[in-house]
Amino acid sequence: MLHHHAKLERNSILMLLFVIVTVLIGGIVEIIPLFRSETVIEPVEGVRPYTPLELAGFNIYIREGCYNCHSQQIRPLRDEVARYGHYSLAAESMYDHPFQWGSKRTGPDLARVGGRYSDDWHVAHLADPRSVVPESIMPTYSFLMNNQAELNDIGEHMAVLKMIGVPYTDEQIENAYADGMAQAHTEDLDENVGGLLERYGDTINARVFDGNPSMVSEMDALVAYLQVLGTMVDFSAAQSVEPAGEVATESSE
Amino acid sequence: MTATTSDVAPRYNDDVVRLFTIATVFWGIVGFAAGVLIALQLAFPALNFEPYLNFGRLRPLHTSAVIFAFGGNALFATSYYIVQRTCQTRLFSDGLSLFTFWGYNFFIVIAALGYVLGVTQGKEYAEPEWYADLWLTIVWVAYLLVFLGTVIKRKEPHIYVANWFFLAFIITVAVLHIGNNVEIPVSLTSAKSYPVVSGVQSAMIQWWYGHNAVGFFLTAGFLGMMYYFVPKQANRPVYSYRLSILHFWSLIFIYIWAGPHHLHYTALPDWAQTLGMTFSIILWMPSWGGMINGMMTLSGAWDKLRTDPVLRFMIIAVAFYGMSTFEGPMMSIKAVNSLSHYTDWTIGHVHSGALGWVGFITFGCLYYLVPKLWGRDRLYSLKLVNLHLWIATIGIVIYICAMWVSGIMQGLMWKSYDSMGFLEYSFVESVAEMHIYYVLRAMGGLLYLAGGLIMAYNFIKTIKGDVRRSEYPEMSAQKGTEALA
Repeated sequence: MLHHHAKLERNSILMLLFVIVTVLIGGIVEIIPLFRSETVIEPVEGVRPYTPLELAGFNIYIREGCYNCHSQQIRPLRDEVARYGHYSLAAESMYDHPFQWGSKRTGPDLARVGGRYSDDWHVAHLADPRSVVPESIMPTYSFLMNNQAELNDIGEHMAVLKMIGVPYTDEQIENAYADGMAQAHTEDLDENVGGLLERYGDTINARVFDGNPSMVSEMDALVAYLQVLGTMVDFSAAQSVEPAGEVATESSE
Repeated sequence: MTATTSDVAPRYNDDVVRLFTIATVFWGIVGFAAGVLIALQLAFPALNFEPYLNFGRLRPLHTSAVIFAFGGNALFATSYYIVQRTCQTRLFSDGLSLFTFWGYNFFIVIAALGYVLGVTQGKEYAEPEWYADLWLTIVWVAYLLVFLGTVIKRKEPHIYVANWFFLAFIITVAVLHIGNNVEIPVSLTSAKSYPVVSGVQSAMIQWWYGHNAVGFFLTAGFLGMMYYFVPKQANRPVYSYRLSILHFWSLIFIYIWAGPHHLHYTALPDWAQTLGMTFSIILWMPSWGGMINGMMTLSGAWDKLRTDPVLRFMIIAVAFYGMSTFEGPMMSIKAVNSLSHYTDWTIGHVHSGALGWVGFITFGCLYYLVPKLWGRDRLYSLKLVNLHLWIATIGIVIYICAMWVSGIMQGLMWKSYDSMGFLEYSFVESVAEMHIYYVLRAMGGLLYLAGGLIMAYNFIKTIKGDVRRSEYPEMSAQKGTEALA
């Protein structure tokens, strides 16, 4: 064996090729099968792409590095299900480019934070976390109130996402700006809210999130995003979705 | 003939090695200081200054500064130094190697500026946006060309073992970087991009990348340093040639599989989690093969540890490598991981590897390199090297002990039930309990930073040509080291 290895030690290109083959094997075995997504992501009813305002909020979540301290992945362990709710399903993050599962819980998991707290609580908490949770060590984000949500080019964002597999319709992309404004600006643009609900479903949270109806702020966007987290799937009506002809038993256990 | 020509023109290109060496020390201090700041932010949240200096934006700054800026520049410096000596030839291209210096450090600056301004992909250790990723790809190809080109024109028949590790590090990091950064910018004038894959697949690819950033950037490359500088400093050959072959191929083969242990109990399919765990446990063996090869190189020279603080740095580094490569496989076991994941235990584990292994082997190499690169007979002060060693070691011990306690406490508090079967603690109660450990952790980090500053001072003096004469009576190196002992 040593004798054969000497060939590699004398030929840098041969060694380079051996190294490449050696390091590619593990990645190929573990990654390629995941793209046969029918075996990886069980389809679940209710999961939809983010609305323009929620997508703007998702981007703020990434920009501020929230994932550094908050996970969005509830493990199927007794205490986590008791604390955070039903364990996370693969389908629930299928439109997250990239995933926001996180790796650390300096703060609590947020996978199902949607609907847990009021908008007012979120706004107060983001602006000054210690005003509502004295022991909190989270930074303050009061500046979000004063920044306009970046909705001008949100349609372009959605077009890119469509290109890589998020099922936005052309109509949704065309109306992205109006829909984004309408979701947090309901008083002036009532007729647009109808379009928003038509395009994304009746369960959309459309309201002034940050308490300031005169501007659609980054606070509106982030709170809209937080309020939808984990709420798309209705677990109380859990019905397994199986390919036609098969009786669902396994996934409903 | 060759001897005379090499006497005329400098035989090796050490100019670029000197530049990378200075950058290593500079970014080290920046990265350690950023670490101390964000550690303090966790203990005292009033130290966050929104929006630019909030924890969420500074944490990637810290990780990138220590991994890519400090670690990366150290890898460039040592690989260029080593490849020239072990191949008995000058770097393949002076111009291209100088380009890698400015190009790589420019990458670091634009990436860091991006984080503070909120430009990030939001993938840990792969935060730089598409334009920085593209630039890094160009620089990295240049690095491969310089390194491989130098190996190809070597005057030695054999490629020395350190160069196997550097070659594997360079090529694998290229594969990982490209594989994890397939992204589409919103427009050519937009800093924002979206990665092509989402959800489960993006998680798997991210941690295939993330774990092998550890495996190849912070391990394989630094093992290359170990395989050259430990034998040099100890003046002994590498313990076992066979072990280095076995260790090299098994390490690079097995490391790649370990990524899914970051995703235990998630929505990643079970088979992938189990595969990741299995290979992570197997990985313990090649890791310890490397540790044994490094440590046993001191066979017959153990007494040097009493007199040589530079060698002490290297050997403590290898010891920390052994410790964290035992701890890692243990934490990858699903049962252990169900407690340790999402807690500070992970942070402690990372830092025993980063501060202990990566940091200390780098310090040891730098103390070896600086006098040689600037043509000095000796370091300004060996006593300061020793002071650095002990301050930093105490800092690491404080850091990792604080994180063990806080991490395990978090894990236990989250899983604690009262007699009625309800969760005993609210989340924020666990946060409040962490305060004292976060203060201790910041103190540990502060000691580590102080050690780095002592090193920088020692280097400035050494480069100037100063020598602490009281340490070297009659300027005799031998007596100087005896006095130290």
